[in-house]
This record gives sequence, structure tokens and C-alpha cells, in this order.
Amino acid sequence: MATAFSAAKFGTQFFPVGTRSHENPLFGHLKTPACSFLGSTRRLRFSSASKLNQINSHRRSVVVAVSDVVKEKKSKSTSNLFLLLFIPAHSIQLITKEEGLELYEDMILGRAFEDMCAQMYYRGKMFGFVHLYNGQEAVSTGFIKLLKKEDSVVSTYRDHVHALSKGVPARAVMSELFGKTTGCCRGQGGSMHMFSKEHNLLGGFAFIGEGIPVATGAAFTSKYRREVLKEADCDHVTLAFFGDGTCNNGQFFECLNMAALWKLPIVFVVENNLWAIGMSHLRATSDPQIYKKGPAFGMPGIHVNGMDVLKVRAVAQTAIARARSGEGPTLVECETYRFRGHSLADPDELRDPAEKAHYAARDPITALKKYLIENNLATEVELKAIDKKIEEVVEDAVEFADESPHPTRSQLLENVFADPKGFGIGPDGRYRCEDPKFTEGTAQV
Amino acid sequence: MGEEVGEYQGAYKITKGLLEKYGPERVLDTPITEAGFAGIGVGAAYWGLRPVVEFMTFNFSMQAIDHIINSAAKSSYMSAGQISVPVVFRGANGAAAGVGAQHSQCYAAWYGSCPGLKVLTPYSSEDARGLLKAAIRDPDPVVFLENELLYGESFPVSAEALDSSFCLPIGKAKIEREGKDVTITAFSKLVGHALKAADILAKEGISAEVINLRSIRPLDRATINASVRKTSRLVTVEEVFPQHGVGAEICASVVEESFDYLDAPVERIAGADVPMPYAANLERMAVPQVEDIVRAAKRTCFRSR
Repeated sequence: MATAFSAAKFGTQFFPVGTRSHENPLFGHLKTPACSFLGSTRRLRFSSASKLNQINSHRRSVVVAVSDVVKEKKSKSTSNLFLLLFIPAHSIQLITKEEGLELYEDMILGRAFEDMCAQMYYRGKMFGFVHLYNGQEAVSTGFIKLLKKEDSVVSTYRDHVHALSKGVPARAVMSELFGKTTGCCRGQGGSMHMFSKEHNLLGGFAFIGEGIPVATGAAFTSKYRREVLKEADCDHVTLAFFGDGTCNNGQFFECLNMAALWKLPIVFVVENNLWAIGMSHLRATSDPQIYKKGPAFGMPGIHVNGMDVLKVRAVAQTAIARARSGEGPTLVECETYRFRGHSLADPDELRDPAEKAHYAARDPITALKKYLIENNLATEVELKAIDKKIEEVVEDAVEFADESPHPTRSQLLENVFADPKGFGIGPDGRYRCEDPKFTEGTAQV
Repeated sequence: MGEEVGEYQGAYKITKGLLEKYGPERVLDTPITEAGFAGIGVGAAYWGLRPVVEFMTFNFSMQAIDHIINSAAKSSYMSAGQISVPVVFRGANGAAAGVGAQHSQCYAAWYGSCPGLKVLTPYSSEDARGLLKAAIRDPDPVVFLENELLYGESFPVSAEALDSSFCLPIGKAKIEREGKDVTITAFSKLVGHALKAADILAKEGISAEVINLRSIRPLDRATINASVRKTSRLVTVEEVFPQHGVGAEICASVVEESFDYLDAPVERIAGADVPMPYAANLERMAVPQVEDIVRAAKRTCFRSR
């Protein structure tokens, strides 16, 4: 078993926050685990580089650390250790051309789609609460593009782009937003409740923190199927996306605890955009460094620059591989920013224009474009072709949604139950309510 | 205290200006932890402060319902009167426009069934002012259910309502419109619908009496029954799920106390028995409209099937 901190070929290292680098209380134990699934008291076991075979071995590790926000707060705190993964900047090629173009296309799709949503909202085609994702595309693309189709994603109300990255067609998402029957939820869910069984998108939840236990449950199922039901090839990973405001909510802590306790294959992705509607993260949180909450529960906590898709992708690779190989959960804090207000109804008066400008200058799409061109992975012409293609996709989605029919009257009462008659199906294959004895019960009639 | 009540001026701008007027010690922006801050409010009330806890919508109160029911409502009873909990939980309740299933539920029936709580549902501006003041002055926990769509409506206000100590009694319904043929009870936004329905019915020669319940718990059974004894017909109107709703309780109360006076079966108008759909046309079908109330009133008068 390799030592915990092999600085050798791989270089991705997890330093638990709050400890000196030469002590490694969480990761030094090399006992062979043989415990049962539930209630396991296995110590965390850091795997060697060879296990993380998804990762290109001649790539160095990538992630950068600290945001300016955190630096400011840090100056007041006593501990000066935090999680750092260093990148040797430009010299190493991190992605291939195909991967680069795929990432670019996905981010452009997210951005173009959200911009179109804003237009459609102001024209009255969309209504209710619409929460746009502009500026945060690197997180969605960086993580979700590494998943298989069977892996699950659970999101919050800011879920359009998670749906698109996971593979839900733009037409289906746009129709759903217009409230048409051809939407991914037949028009019944809406902007905040995107579900797709085919693509394993488990929602879209309105309450913050609500999706985290659901995601933890999906991860539980994956592990249960592998270990208890003995489906050996079931190694599905779940990603839970949520924001900085959620990290003060009880459900978050409860799930961190259980996921670490039972070593569930889940990655908790915090999209820290510093604002929860109008509440600044610094005003709401006693310790704003969210990634530190991971080690408190026994899992690694990583902070990454969420405006840089390549860095996010590299961290994601490690975390997802960790989950997939059965080593348990990871907490990843992506420092990112939303360029628009909380929702389209938010006047967005409280955020400092200087802060907005600071992050606008770090637009993830511009950064990736620059990287691709500078490293000769793509030309301007190719990227412009992608821009055009996505523009057409989004316009086609709008046309499709416009032409789709509204739900019929009879759809109002459908889908309340999975079993339409409400009582379940008996052993003879008929609905129980059709069996006269069942409805009699045991009463003496 | 609540989310966005201070610097953001309130998620629906209800608490606008309060932070400047009273300062950050009295207007607290909380993190997003309903269970936590509802509990903190209840605890503060145990010790004699009078907190007003805002839920951005009452849907979020489900995360704090343990404190509303177990820590607040039941405490006076469990402590045999030693502890009183003068806390007010307020916020938007019921359906809005296009906000989906998780933002549209009405909690009047759930909270109304719990002893120890007082549940108020204002309709007009006078109701809101008088009832909220009464709620804050009340020594018991009060759940104050407002409505997002009513926030934007204006109402005429009498001079006495502008007085700074204007209070309305808790537990008294208001007869918004007198009539003699059929009683229509409603609360919150649907009082407006009921009044419109009464106008339409008046043109057809049916004089409807509209009761604005104002208080779900304690329910003003006396006013409702007196009205039914006068008109002998009843239509109850509410916005969300029919089963175990406010209308069901009113029906039961009228059948128990005024059965002999009823000339027709009681009609219950409620929302569709489905989670609120997002699509605009489905949402319209899921919430009672004025035509539904008119039809029901006519049915009680045997003017139609």
C-alpha cells in the first residue's frame, strides 16, 4: 500500500486542513479494510496513484487554491494552513483537442441557453422563478462531463445548465420552461424541478439543502447494489451540487456525516458564488472556508478556482475516481460567481460593482478560449463554428418549445401516483382496489 | 428575523426600511437555516422577547415545523402555563404564479389543526395591519399566513386603521358583504374571488353573504353558523388541497350545529388534489376561479346541477 503522500508521479495530494503537512492523522492509516458496509469504522485510506487510473499519468496535479475573499478572511484566522494543490502553469498539456472542444461547446451551450432564457422571460414566454447560471459554467462542465450516463446528478433550483451538461436535450429543457407537454417533465415541474430518468438527473429542488440527502441516498443505492445485491459492475457515482448558503443548513452536515461514515460514492460540490440572494456568505457563516468542513467529518475538503474549467476538471477527476473506487466522499468547494442576479426577479442591488467586474474579467469561457488558442488546440475559426452551431441549437429549442402544445386538461390529474389507482397491485396482477375483499378489510360487514 | 429581511429589504419588500429605522440588532438577517432560526425565535420568546420570525414562504416552514409545533405550540400546555411563547411566524403562503409544486402549498389546514397555535389569514390591508399588531401583542404563538399575490394589491383603508394602536380581535371573522341567499366563506386571496363571485350572483338575483374568515384558529364558528342559519346555504372556498382542509372543518361545524337550518348540501370549493403544476394553463385549472364559486353557489340554490 502506498504511503499517503507520494509526491511522485501523480502529485495529487490531499492535505487535511488544520494539520501540519508532516502529520497526517486522517490518511496515515494503512489497515486493510474488511468491515461490513453499514456502520463501518474503517479509517480513511488514501489510495496510491496507480488506483486512480482514469487520470493521465504524465499530467501533474492541477488545482490552485486561494481566492481573494478567503485570503482576506484568512488574515484574521489563527491557522494558516489550507488546502493547496499546485499547478505548474502553462507547460503541461492538460487536455486533448477533442476534450477541449467538448468543454468549450458545453460551456457555450450553457451560456447561450441561459441568455435565451432571460430574453424569453422578458417576452413573457417563461414565468415564475427563473434562476440563471451565467458565470458558473466551469463547475457544471468541469464535473458533469466526466460522468457516465449511469452516474447521477442532483441539483438545486439553478439547474438548467446541470441538465444540459448531463445530456438532457436543449429542446426538452426549453419546452419545460415554457410549460409545454414536450418538456422533460411534461410541463409539470418547471424551471426549478428538472428531472430526467434517462439521463439520471434526479432534480431540481426548490429548498436549499433538500437535494443533498436525496443525492446521498442515490449514492447509498449505488453502494448497496454493489455490496449487498452483488451487482459487481455497479460503481455509479453521484454528484450533489449546492451553494454557499446551503452550507449552513443542517441537512448538509447530516449528510456529510453519513456519507463519510458509510463511505458513499458521492462528491459534494459547493458552488460558492459568495451570495445567497442578497446575503453575503461572509455575513452568514462563522467560518467562510467551506472546504474545511470536509475533514471535520472525515473526508477530504478541496478548494478550487471555479472560474477555471481545467482546474475544476482536474479536481473532479480525482474526486470522482475516489468515489468510484469505493474510498468514499469528497467535499469540493468551487469558488465561482453568478454574473446575473439570484433570479430574474432580483434587482441585484447589494453586490459591489467592483466585485462583479473582478469576476467578469475571469469569465470561464473567455479563459478556456484563450487557453485553447494559446496552446494551439483550436483555432478562432473552429471556436466560432461552435458558437454558431450552439446558437442554432438554442434557437431551434425555442422554436420547438413555441410550437409544442400546451398540456391538455386531462393531464392535470396524471402522475400524482405511480400506481394510478392508489392502492397498489396485488399478487394476482390486478389492482387491489378491484378486489372486493381488499376494500372490505376485516370489518364484519 | 429571517432570510433577507434586513439589507435586502425583504424578499418581497415587506420589511423595507426596517433595518434603517431600527438597526441591525432588531432586524436580523439569518443564514438559510429555518430549523435553526425558528428555534432561536422560540427560545427567545420563552425568555420574554417578542420575536417575529419570517419564512420567505411558508413552504420553507416545513423545515422548521418541529419548532413551530413542538417547541412553540405545545409549551404552554406541557409546562402548565409556566412558559408562554409570544412568537409570531409570518410569511407568504399559498399559490403564486408559476412557481411550481414546492412553492405553492397552503398551510392553513396543517397549522389550523394544532392546538396551542393561533392561525391568522389577513385579506385586506386593514386585516394585515390590525391582525399583525394583535398577533405580536398576543402572548401565544401565532402563525400569520400572508399571500404573495396580495402583496401587490391595494385596498381602501379607513382612518381608524391608520392609528398606531389599531388592533383587530383574533378569532373573529368579518362579514365583507351582507346577503340573504347563500353564505360563502373564504380566507386570504380567495376573499377577493368570492366578492367578485357575489357581484356576478347579484346580477342573477342571488344575494350572497361573503365571510372573510380572518382567523383559521380559533375558527369563528359563531359567525359562520349565524350566517348559515340566516341563509341556509353554504359554500366554503379555499385555495389548496381539499382533503382535511379548512372547508372540511367548516362543513363539519355547520352540520353539527346548524343541520336543521341547511336547505342544500354544503359545497366545498378547493384546489385540485394534485401538487401544483408549473404549466400556466394547468395551474389555472388547479386553483379555484371565480366561475367555480359562482357555479357552486348556484348549485346550492338549485339553479343548476
